[in-house]
Amino acid sequence: MSMNTQGRPTAPTSTSVSDIETVSGSRGLLQAEGLIFEIGTSETTGVDLPAPQNRTGRLGGVARKVATGLPGLSEPEMVRHYMRLSQRNYAIDLGFFPLGSCTMKHNPRLNEKMARLPGFGDIHPMQPQATVQGALELIDELATWLKTLTNMPFVAMSPKAGAHGELAGMLAIRQALIARGEGETRKRVLVPASAHGTNPATAVQCGFIVDEIRADARGRVDMDDLKAKLEKSDDIAGIMLTNPNTCGLFETDIKEIADLIHDAGGYFYCDGANFNAIVGRVRPGDLGVDAMHINLHKTFSTPHGGGGPGSGPTVLSEALAPYAPVPFVVKNEDGVYSLVEDMDGEASESFGRMVAFHGQMGMFVRALAYILSHGADGLKQVAEDAVLNANYIAAKLKHVMTPAFEGYCMHEALFSDAFTADGIETLDIAKALIDEGYHPMTMYFPLVVHGAMLIEPTETESKATLDQFCASLESIARRAAQGDETLKGAPYLAPARRLDETRAARKPVLKWTAPASDTVAAE
Amino acid sequence: MRYLPLTDDDRKAMLKVIGAKGVDDFYTDVPESARLGGKVAGLPDHQGEMAVERHLSKLAAKNRSASSGPFFVGAGAYKHHIPASVDMVIQRSEFLTTYTPYQPEIAQGTLQTLFEFQTQVAALTAMDVANASMYDGSTACAEAAVMACRVTRRKKVILSGGLHPHYAAATKLLCEAQGLEVVHLAVAVDGEMALADAVDDQTACVIGQSPNIFGTVTDLSGVADAAHEKKALFVSVFTEAVALGLVTPPGEMGADIAVGEGQSIGVPLGFGGPYVGLFACTEKLVRQMPGRLCGETVDADGKRGFVLTLSTREQHIRRDKATSNICTNSGLCALAFTAHMTLLGDKGLKGLALLNHEAACDLADALEAVPGVEILTPRFFNEFAFRTPMNAEAVLAMLDEAGVVGGVRASRLFPAESMGDVIICAATECTTPEDIEAYAAALKEIV
Repeated sequence: MSMNTQGRPTAPTSTSVSDIETVSGSRGLLQAEGLIFEIGTSETTGVDLPAPQNRTGRLGGVARKVATGLPGLSEPEMVRHYMRLSQRNYAIDLGFFPLGSCTMKHNPRLNEKMARLPGFGDIHPMQPQATVQGALELIDELATWLKTLTNMPFVAMSPKAGAHGELAGMLAIRQALIARGEGETRKRVLVPASAHGTNPATAVQCGFIVDEIRADARGRVDMDDLKAKLEKSDDIAGIMLTNPNTCGLFETDIKEIADLIHDAGGYFYCDGANFNAIVGRVRPGDLGVDAMHINLHKTFSTPHGGGGPGSGPTVLSEALAPYAPVPFVVKNEDGVYSLVEDMDGEASESFGRMVAFHGQMGMFVRALAYILSHGADGLKQVAEDAVLNANYIAAKLKHVMTPAFEGYCMHEALFSDAFTADGIETLDIAKALIDEGYHPMTMYFPLVVHGAMLIEPTETESKATLDQFCASLESIARRAAQGDETLKGAPYLAPARRLDETRAARKPVLKWTAPASDTVAAE
Repeated sequence: MRYLPLTDDDRKAMLKVIGAKGVDDFYTDVPESARLGGKVAGLPDHQGEMAVERHLSKLAAKNRSASSGPFFVGAGAYKHHIPASVDMVIQRSEFLTTYTPYQPEIAQGTLQTLFEFQTQVAALTAMDVANASMYDGSTACAEAAVMACRVTRRKKVILSGGLHPHYAAATKLLCEAQGLEVVHLAVAVDGEMALADAVDDQTACVIGQSPNIFGTVTDLSGVADAAHEKKALFVSVFTEAVALGLVTPPGEMGADIAVGEGQSIGVPLGFGGPYVGLFACTEKLVRQMPGRLCGETVDADGKRGFVLTLSTREQHIRRDKATSNICTNSGLCALAFTAHMTLLGDKGLKGLALLNHEAACDLADALEAVPGVEILTPRFFNEFAFRTPMNAEAVLAMLDEAGVVGGVRASRLFPAESMGDVIICAATECTTPEDIEAYAAALKEIV
C-alpha cells in the first residue's frame, strides 16, 4: 500500500464489494430512504403560514371531524426525501431510453423556462378573455402549426392526452354519424390486431363495437381480411389505424384503406402516436385521414413526467370539423382572439365539452417552443434522423437478433424472440439491459409479434450512443441465444432486483397503514 | 440544429452500414402522391434559443398574471402559493424526463412517490383507497359516473345543480356516448340536498359537490343515505382540495367514490392545465377503478418495493374490456401535489385551509358592506356568489379597469340561466387585506 508521510493511504487496495453490508442500509451514494409516513409527524410542517385571526367563520358547521393525520416534513427533510428517491429513477436526461412507441427524446430546458413565465404559468382559465390575449394567440399559433404539418383544416386542442384525443376523434365520428341519421346503425369499428390497447378501449367508451382485422406477413393490414370485413358495410362506423403502425412500418396501402372505408360510409381515425417518423415529410391529410391525435409529449417533446401529463390535440377533416368539442379559439376580424365556449353559433353542431377549461396550456407552451426551435427544416430533419437511427440499429443487430419483418423500418426497429434459447425470454433481455445502464426497449408489444422487442431510438441520440447500445444488446443477445441462465436473475446492479408483481396483485397494498404497535400506542 | 447530435459524416457512415443510398429509401412505402418534394410549405425555418425566448416572452407579456394585482377568480381553479422547493422537485430530471414506471427496478423513485400520493389522497378524502391520479377533476368525475354504472349495472346518473358545469358537461358527454341516461337537476346555489329526493331504483349514482360551484358547503350524508337506500352509489365531488382540511370530506359523508381537482395543492394555474385529478373509493370497489394503481411488494432479495398493479383492469391488457381507455395519467402534477402535501402535513393543511376561509369571510364582509350587494352563498369555504345591482359582465369590466380581477360571472358558466347579475369570487391565502380593500372600494365606486 502506498502512503504519504502522514500515513494516509494514497492508492486504493482491491476488495470485492458484493458481500459488504452497511448498518444504515445505504450503499454509498444510494441513500436508504423510508416512506414519508415513517419519517414525518403530523405536528411537523415545512411551511410558515401567517397566524389565523380566529375570527367567526361561515362554514355553517360543515366541518371535518377526523384529522387527516398526514405527516409533514421540514423543508430540508422534504428536499432530501425526493432527492434520494430521484436517484432510484432512470431518465432520458441520464441515458438512452429506447422505449418503442413512446418517443423518449430530449426535453429542452428552454421549454420548461417558457412554461414558467408568469404570463403563461400564472394565469387563470376563467379570467376575462381581454386579459389573456397572448395565451389565446399562442394556442392559435400552435394550432396553425399542427394544421399545416398535417394538412388538416381543424384541430381540437382540449384533449388531455393521446387516449383522450382518440376519444375526441371517435366522438366526432359518432356525432357525424348521428347527424347523418346513422348513429344507431353504424356501430362497427375496425381495429388491427397490432393496435395500441387504447384504440379498442376508446371505441368501446364511445359505444362502438370492435371488429379486429388481421396483420399480414409484412406486418401491415391484411387487405383481404379488410375487404372481407367490409363486404357488409352498412354498419361500419370507421377504422382506427396507427400509421406508421406499431410494428414501426408505414402502411403501404393506406390510401386504398382510406378509400375503402370512405366508400363503405365510414371514417378514418389515424392514431398519431408515431407521427415522429413522418413529421415534416408526410402530411396525414394527404392520406385520407379524417381524425388524428398528436401526442405533444412524443413528437413535440413535452416531458413524460413519469407518466403524464400528456396532451393530445386532435386534427379533424372538413367532414368532422363541425362536430369538434368546445372550447376552441377563433381570431375575429378585428384581430382579437376569443374562446368559443357555448354550443351555439359556430359550435352549434359540436359534440360537447370533454374537459374543464381549455386543454393542457403548459404543454402547448413547451410544444410551441420546441416547434419554433426546429422550424419546418428542423422538423423534417427530426423525422429523417429518427428513421435513420432506427434503421441503423436494425442493421447492426439483424445478424444476432430476429427482425420481425423484412425491409426498412420507420422510426422503430422490431425484433421477435425467435433467436433466444429455450427458457430465455424477452423479459430477461430487457432486464439485462438495465445492468448495462440502459432503459429497456418496449417488450411484448405489439401483440402480433412473439416476444416482441420494439426499439425506438429517436433523433436526439448520437451515433456513439447507438454504437455503445448495439454493442451491449448484441452481447446480451448472444448470451440469450446460448441460453445463459444468469440472464434470468437480471438486473443485478439496479436499485431494486426483480419485483414480485403477482404478490402485489393478489393482495393489493395500495396505501401505507400504521404498524399495529403504533395504532395501540396512539389509542 | 442544437437538439440533433448527428453530423453529416455520421449520417453518411450510418447509411453505408445500412446499405441505403439516402433517407428517401426509407420512405418508399409512402404513396407517391403524398411524398413532399421538400419541407412543409408555409412554415418558417428553425430559430435559435434567443429568438424563441423573445417571441414567447412577448406573447406572455400580453397576459395579466394572477400575481400582478388583486385577483379573485376561482370556479374550479385556485390561486395558491407554491413553495419553491415543490417546483425544484418536479424539475429534477429523474422525475421530469422519465416514463411511466413499467420497469420497476429503475423506477422506484416514481413508484414510491405514487404510493405516498395514493396514501395522502385517501387520507385527505377520508376514503379507503385512491389511484395514482387522473387527467383532472372533470374527467375524474366522468369516469366515476361510468364506473358507478358498471358497478351497479344500472344506467341512470343524477347530477346536482351545483356541480361545476364543465364537470357536468364532461360527465354527460361520456355517459351519453355509452348509452347511459343523465339527469341534471335545476341549477341552484344551495340545492345539493335535492339529490336525496331525486334518487330512485334505477339510479346508478348521484353526484354532488361540496363546496359546489357557488361555493356552498353542504354535509351530504343525507344524500349518501338516500342513495344507499336505493342501492345507488354516492359520488362526492370537490374542485378545491384545500377545503378538505376544514370541511367535511367525502368519506365522512358516506361517499362510495370521491373525485376532485388537486390543482390547489402544488400545481400552478397555468390557464387550465395540466392539472391533477384525484380519484378515491371504498375498498370493495377497487377492482372497478379506472387509471393506474401503485402497490407494495418485495423484490427478489425480499426488500420492500413498489409496482404498478391490478393492471388487468387497464387498456393495454384488457383492450376493449378495459375499465377505461386511460393510459397517461398526470404523474408530474401528482408529484407536485404530493411534494407540497408533504411540506404541509396535517398541521400545515389545517392552517392553510383556515387562512383561506378567513380571507373569504373578510372578503364577504367587505363586499356585503357595499350597498346593493347581496351574498347568495349561505355557507362557504373560500368562495361565494354574490348579486350586484348591475349586469355582472359590466361590473367585472369596470373592476378590471380599476386593476381588480373580480371573479367569474355566473352567466359565463351558466349561459342558459338568468344569472346576469351574479359574480362568483374566491379568496385564498394569497389574498391580502389591501386586495380586499381595493375590491370593495372599486365595487362601491361602480355600483
